[in-house]
Amino acid sequence: MTTETAAQFSITFTRYIDADGHPTGALPEFAARAADLIPLYRAMVLTRAFDAKAVALQRTGRLGTFASSLGQEAVGIGAASAMAPGDVLLPSFREQSAQLWRGVTPLELLLYWGGDERGSDFAGPREDFPISVPVAAHAPHAAGVALAFALRKEKRASLCILGDGATSKGDFYEAINMAGPWRLPMVMLVNNNQWAISVPRSAQTAAATLAQKAIAAGIPGEQVDGNDVVAVRDAVARALARAREGGGATLVEAITYRLSDHTTADDARRYRDDAAVTASWHGEPIARLRAYLVAQGAWSREDEEHALADAATAVDEATESYLATPPQPLAAIFDHLFAELPPSIRAQRAQALGQEAPDA
Amino acid sequence: MPEIALVEAINLALARAMTEDASVLVLGEDVGRDGGVFRATDGLLTRFGPERVLDTPLAEAAIAGISVGLAAQRFRPVAEIQFMGFAYSTIDQMLNQAARLRTRTRGRLSCPMVLRMPAGGGVHAPEHHSESGEACFTNIPGLRVVYPSSPRRAYGLLLAAIRDPDPVVFLEPTRLYRAAREDVADDGVALPLDRCFTLREGSDITLIGWGAIVRDMLAAADRLAAEGKQAEVIDVATLVPLDSASILASVARTGRCVICHEAPLTAGFGAEIAAQLAGPGLLSLLAPVERVTGWDTVMPLPRLEMQYIPGVERILAAARRSLQHG
Ligand SMILES: Cc1ncc(C[n+]2csc(CCOP(=O)(O)OP(=O)(O)O)c2C)c(N)n1
Ligand SMILES: [Mg+2]
Repeated sequence: MTTETAAQFSITFTRYIDADGHPTGALPEFAARAADLIPLYRAMVLTRAFDAKAVALQRTGRLGTFASSLGQEAVGIGAASAMAPGDVLLPSFREQSAQLWRGVTPLELLLYWGGDERGSDFAGPREDFPISVPVAAHAPHAAGVALAFALRKEKRASLCILGDGATSKGDFYEAINMAGPWRLPMVMLVNNNQWAISVPRSAQTAAATLAQKAIAAGIPGEQVDGNDVVAVRDAVARALARAREGGGATLVEAITYRLSDHTTADDARRYRDDAAVTASWHGEPIARLRAYLVAQGAWSREDEEHALADAATAVDEATESYLATPPQPLAAIFDHLFAELPPSIRAQRAQALGQEAPDA
Repeated sequence: MPEIALVEAINLALARAMTEDASVLVLGEDVGRDGGVFRATDGLLTRFGPERVLDTPLAEAAIAGISVGLAAQRFRPVAEIQFMGFAYSTIDQMLNQAARLRTRTRGRLSCPMVLRMPAGGGVHAPEHHSESGEACFTNIPGLRVVYPSSPRRAYGLLLAAIRDPDPVVFLEPTRLYRAAREDVADDGVALPLDRCFTLREGSDITLIGWGAIVRDMLAAADRLAAEGKQAEVIDVATLVPLDSASILASVARTGRCVICHEAPLTAGFGAEIAAQLAGPGLLSLLAPVERVTGWDTVMPLPRLEMQYIPGVERILAAARRSLQHG
């Protein structure tokens, strides 16, 4: 018998700014001047204000079920800020931060979560996918979008964001697996917030990291500190650049923590200790970056007040427009079913609108 | 006897089945510590332990497939799918595997599993949480499809489904989880899996349906009674196998019928009933068969969902049209 090592792998974990806001070394070029990070900071503040407002609207019966991204803002902002406008984002239901950065408006997000399909008809990023509520269903779409770019020889890439729970689904494995041999320009970003509703990360898989799932698919995988917006942006930017240049797909696992309930329909106290949640506030992404900016002399109390006020104004204005937007007429549920309405659907539409005797 | 909600009746039946048969297991996403997102499995983990109440990783196809393996090994898995919108990835396992294991092996192996899930809309849930996809399962030979609309029927039919030697898809009307309440005796008595339930007798017209809309059918029957017309109300509840005899016998008496379901019209399960009425039932019909259903559209998000879901007014309009005929 002979036994030798057939292959060996390791997974790296990267962080640039630690939980207390201290740099762990030199920062990447996009972050060389602290002031360059201010737009990222403001975007995270906007996301947090948006989430708080959406939860409040739900609690008062004015919005549907909503999934807050409290404590995870750096994942979406880091990733979206690494994208080029021509890249395509495929978000899960908790990535409003990335969507806001991409130009989806707070009003559109409120419409969607308020139960109005117009919220998925983004005026901004026209090729970005709508939110995927079915977990991981959008992973193969990201591979398909990437294949389209590859076939047309365009220097563009797709970015799919999904959760730790999503990495248990076949859709996820199948997508990264196909991306391997075809060298698809795709980035799979796993937002590992430690929970899939009540199921902890440890019960989801026996794998030591989620990033190593990439290895079985034959693509690179790495971990970053998901509460460090610089680390997320840096890893996603490198992965996107490689993808656009024909280097193939990458899996990035961003490690963060879900500080909120799963959604407004959930009560996390049924299954996790408050103490763990409280402890996880240390190192949350906004306080962390603020500490860094302040230490660098790039951020003042006044700047903070302005950022909070601007975010509140944007969210309040969106809320006002949302609450003033009447529902669409019933015809809307028929009008986008096909490019051209077949006669049978036209007849049903007329029936639904009471233009003819209903039902047959 | 305490008055309990439909979701509590499900819980009661699960606990009963687990108590009387050690081979009954409960598995699914969040069914353990959290007790299920609707609390259908609340308390079961504490009572029966982690070897009988399993929180699974997030993978519906595997939840169904693992149940097939367990069932072939003489366990009785009761798997929960969190919402019907996420059950479609189980169809491969249910259609190609669960439903035909007995046939393929000429009875050597069988598949006594239950796949439970909330179905239907009306609770202002997010996208993909309000689907009525029963017809995707009723067209699978070898599967039973059950859809109770009251706590008592939920209790008795779930016990029957778990004790049944073959795979059962068990649909629970989300809209009635808390809204439907009645006394339920925890007596361990199962209800038959192949019989319709006549909830109200009447001689003028038959209202036939299943799921949450049954409550609207009953309300419509009250309104018709005030107009001097007696409606018979049939909760099909066990869609497959279908109790055609009860339906045909009722329509033979009334000559008129309205079939009601929340799912889309085209190829909905109502079409099967209409076909039976157009065949063996044809000569008893005094008026065209009416169908009151969801539209043939994508299930809309909450702002328009109540205009998609047919309610009392549409049932009444169809019944009146039928009654005026001939
Ligand atoms: C296919 C599918 N199954 C179940 C659900 C219900 N559900 C919504 S979110 C969720 C947990 C998702 O966990 P994770 O992927 O970690 O994302 P997170 O919610 O933590 O952002 C579940 C089970 C769903 N939306 N889609
Ligand atoms: Mg998660």
